[in-house]
Amino acid sequence: MSVLTTIEEIRAKARDGLAEVRNDAELETWRVAVMGRKSPLMSALRSLGKLGPEERKEAGRAANLLKTQLDQALEEKRETLGRARIEETETAGRIDVTLPARPLPEGRLHPVTQTQRDIVDAFVAQGFSVIEGPEVELEYYNFEALRIPADHPARELMDTFYIDRSGDTDSKLLLRTHTSPNQIRFMENNDPPVRIICPGRTYRNEATDPSHEWMITQTEVLAVDEGLTLAHLKGTLFELAKRLFGRDRKVRFRCDFFRFVEPGVDMAIDCFLCGGKGCRTCKKEGWIEILGAGMVHPEILANMGYDPDIYTGFAAGLGVERIAMLRYGVDDIRHFYENDLRFLRQF
Amino acid sequence: MRVPIKWLSEYVTVVLPVKEVAQRLTMAGLEVTSIERTGDDWEDVVIGHVVEVQKHPDADRLTLVTVDIGGDENFEVVCGAGNVAKGQNIAYAKLGARLIDARTGEKKKLKKAKIRGVVSRGMVCSERELGLSDEHEGILVITSALAERGKPLAEVLGDTVLDIDMKPNRADGLSVVGVARDVAALTGETLREPDLSFEAAGESVVLRARVDINDPDLCSRFTLAIIEDIKIGPSPAWMQEALLGAGMRPINNVVDITNYVMLELGQPIHAFDYDTVSEHHIIVRRAKDGEKLTTLDGKERVFTSKQLLITDPTGPIAIAGVMGGLATEVTDKTQTILLEVANFNPVNIRRTAMALKLPSEASRRFAWGIAPELAPMASRRVTKFLVELAGGKAGEGLVDAYPVISAPVHVSLARKRIAQVLGIDPSEEQVVQALEALGFTVESKPDRFEIGVPYWRRDVLGPDDVVEEVARMVGYETIPAAPLAGRVPPGVPQPIRELRERARDILVGAGMQEIITYPLTSLEVLGRVVEAEVLEKAPPLAVVNPLNVGQERLRTSLRASLLETLARNLRLTKEHIALFETARVYMPTSGALPNEEEQIVGVVTGSRLDRFGNPTDENIDFYDAKAYAARLFERLSVTASFVAYEDYGLLSGRTARIDVSGQLVGVIGQVHPRTAKEFGLEKDVYLFEIRIADLLDHVPPVATMQAISKYPAVVEDLAIVVDRGEPAASVLAEIKGHPLVASAQVFDEYVGSQVPEGRKSLAISVSYQAPDRTLTDKDVAKARDKIVARLRANCAAELRS
Repeated sequence: MSVLTTIEEIRAKARDGLAEVRNDAELETWRVAVMGRKSPLMSALRSLGKLGPEERKEAGRAANLLKTQLDQALEEKRETLGRARIEETETAGRIDVTLPARPLPEGRLHPVTQTQRDIVDAFVAQGFSVIEGPEVELEYYNFEALRIPADHPARELMDTFYIDRSGDTDSKLLLRTHTSPNQIRFMENNDPPVRIICPGRTYRNEATDPSHEWMITQTEVLAVDEGLTLAHLKGTLFELAKRLFGRDRKVRFRCDFFRFVEPGVDMAIDCFLCGGKGCRTCKKEGWIEILGAGMVHPEILANMGYDPDIYTGFAAGLGVERIAMLRYGVDDIRHFYENDLRFLRQF
Repeated sequence: MRVPIKWLSEYVTVVLPVKEVAQRLTMAGLEVTSIERTGDDWEDVVIGHVVEVQKHPDADRLTLVTVDIGGDENFEVVCGAGNVAKGQNIAYAKLGARLIDARTGEKKKLKKAKIRGVVSRGMVCSERELGLSDEHEGILVITSALAERGKPLAEVLGDTVLDIDMKPNRADGLSVVGVARDVAALTGETLREPDLSFEAAGESVVLRARVDINDPDLCSRFTLAIIEDIKIGPSPAWMQEALLGAGMRPINNVVDITNYVMLELGQPIHAFDYDTVSEHHIIVRRAKDGEKLTTLDGKERVFTSKQLLITDPTGPIAIAGVMGGLATEVTDKTQTILLEVANFNPVNIRRTAMALKLPSEASRRFAWGIAPELAPMASRRVTKFLVELAGGKAGEGLVDAYPVISAPVHVSLARKRIAQVLGIDPSEEQVVQALEALGFTVESKPDRFEIGVPYWRRDVLGPDDVVEEVARMVGYETIPAAPLAGRVPPGVPQPIRELRERARDILVGAGMQEIITYPLTSLEVLGRVVEAEVLEKAPPLAVVNPLNVGQERLRTSLRASLLETLARNLRLTKEHIALFETARVYMPTSGALPNEEEQIVGVVTGSRLDRFGNPTDENIDFYDAKAYAARLFERLSVTASFVAYEDYGLLSGRTARIDVSGQLVGVIGQVHPRTAKEFGLEKDVYLFEIRIADLLDHVPPVATMQAISKYPAVVEDLAIVVDRGEPAASVLAEIKGHPLVASAQVFDEYVGSQVPEGRKSLAISVSYQAPDRTLTDKDVAKARDKIVARLRANCAAELRS
């Protein structure tokens, strides 16, 4: 039997075999059978050396041609099988894309932290530094230094937790009722200009209800420099309100009273739920009060060694929970510190 | 402060709609918190005239009242009130009117009813049924001149009441006249001062009464007036309506008049029965320690020498500014009134009222600080009413002790100060007009205004107070919003805060839920997580006046708060829960303030979840808690080591200290089952606690890049057999100690029959790499031999083949 005949037989056998290949594994078996080291084709190629020059040339060409053709057929089959596999994935392998996602660990910042950060960011963007101070505070910093002397009726506005202190009785200890003591602590040790915000927890000894908590997160704002006016206070706080509640918010300033500022200001935004027409959230007033503010009382500046004829400043105090309530539509302030995961995981 | 519009209109013409007036007051700092309309819901309630009263045929206590409402027919109504009489004007409710059910307090529609066999067509109303007051003893008898048969009741008795949240700087605003002053100024109207004139038909007061102020520091002014021939009886309807509108119950003419004038002018008043005051001589003095007086409410009060009393030569007759005595009270038998109108030290009155727990409308006004100028005015006003409404005969003149005359306040306001504070520069005309409208006097100078402050505005003391008055009048809305200008001060670093905020983000990113809990707790709860000895040695700070039981101490550990929150939530869910809080603990010190130490505490419990989020049989364990803590340290570029440790409340053998560079920064472990149980936690709970300040020193501001070798790594797995007590960390440390080891990781731990008793096998994947060349098999074999030798020597380890 001539080599050529053998090659033709190999070809026929390989062709028949390939036609039966159904998957990658069968293809590999086929490849080993027809092109592997022990395959007839390889033996044929190895045996070429035994032939005469003429015959060798012709048989060699035929064998190499077959080899190339088989390589190509293999490649083509591979592609066909690959395509078939993908098609099968698309049909028989269809999945229900509406099944729930695999659970990832769930973690969120507390909504008060989130709101606090947004407030802090708004001020940091305007060049304010963040200062934190003690929660257990001396009565002096919480009250006297802010022009709220003992027995002043203004103290009735802030029911206070006092801390028992044995021994040293120079100044009473209390849980700060606001973050304003930080104003004093900072100005005592720093010269103007001042731009600080003081976020932190404050405490009021009052019964809780849907709009009152005894632990309140506040952010104090203080800016002191030459030439600062109520107009700058307004601009700064309006910017905050718009960042928090939307650019098209209307903002209202009105007179209010806090001992450590003069003039005093209450800031409200138009109700974003009813657009100022009056609803439950705004108690039918169309306005929602969000913070108290004012120009730092000149007596305080003078006490801090700042010349009140040269320097003016403004201060503001925001209740973070109140702002969070408005932003998230929380109807009861007590939700925040009940720490019910069903609540916390909504934000 | 409740201000009925009808009453307000006595002193100022209300030209604008009430809503607009309220709005202007609010903008000017007198915040109107509600506008209450009485009479809005009195549909189908009209004035009726009682034309006949007959006995009910079948009931002794009921009467049949025939009511004329000006129409063609009269209505017969069954009535249970004793005070109904022929000729009265009353409030008649037609069928269908919505009235308040006197028993339930709820609104109900009036229906035709048969009462003891007689059909009642409508109803004669009590105050309670109309929502005017709680009065339900008798029907409401209307004496107003406006009352006409058939006229809707709302037109006669309806009123609007402004409720104003007065701020303590505006003592003058605790009066209808005070509010009227602001209304007048804000609406361009003129104030009508109350009429103080009366005819003094009686004898001289100064010859019949005397006052000595022994303690002028506590009493700056004291006036006495005498009114004889008083006839106690009801006050007129208009006064009763005014008082009701303002939230006070009418009592009798004398009490009503003193209350009316207090609300009108803001000056508290006290009436004595002249004949009960010994020698008609009043001495205002501090109490002697232990001195006693039975007050109007029948209680015996004991005083300290800090409290101010009104006395006569025999002893105390009233607590100054707080409450009168029982013995000198005005009664039905009183014929002559000795009228006290005085001014007391605000702080002293406030303290006394608080100490005796007797806050009142009167003590509040004194405590806020009222003008001494008011005393003689209020005295005259009350006297006028007693003459006109109680048949009194006023004595001539007034006893007026005024030892320290208060000087009028004068403020010099530099013109430029207005713009310096407000950012707007109103014209001279605007400034003058604004201040004069409020009763200030203004003298314009080239560079300043010389300002006289009216006596009633005791809150205005300095230039910026005047600036605020200008702002109130020109309107806060006229001030523009300017972007913040000026110098930006250098930033102040806050490393603790920055680290805490990073930690929050990392832990949330790892899947932990942040919570925020209260810092106040109880010793009992703290005692579950802190050793008794520690609590005793450094007792947590105590609140003097706690609000709630169980919230008396400032926490010295966050652990209890986390475990409590965990327990509460576990009742609702069984899944995998991981919570953390970053907050302060308050460590007592010998210094002025406690040490407020910031901590991060995390707790983990529950089961691992399957692909659908269902809990599996596999419980969360120590290594889950460690994963969160380790993630925190990795992300902060801190190398932390976990070393077996013991800590109170944590389970021995499952607790580690967390060290960074040899310093303890926290602990981690399984909460002792006994402790967990105290919180109602049945499942295993794992906890970590990290002290931020201690960690801070070891946190690099940013990570530093480590070179990545260009040469391939050779990776091989080693099985190392060591004693079970040998920490994997020590084995890894030995391996990593070799310079050619780029990394080494434990990927399995085996204990069982394949290794000797008391030993364990650690499968460790070791990656060898050199920064400067490709390693040969020989290099690796040499390194391995060295490592194994070291492990054998230092960890009693064997290489398992």
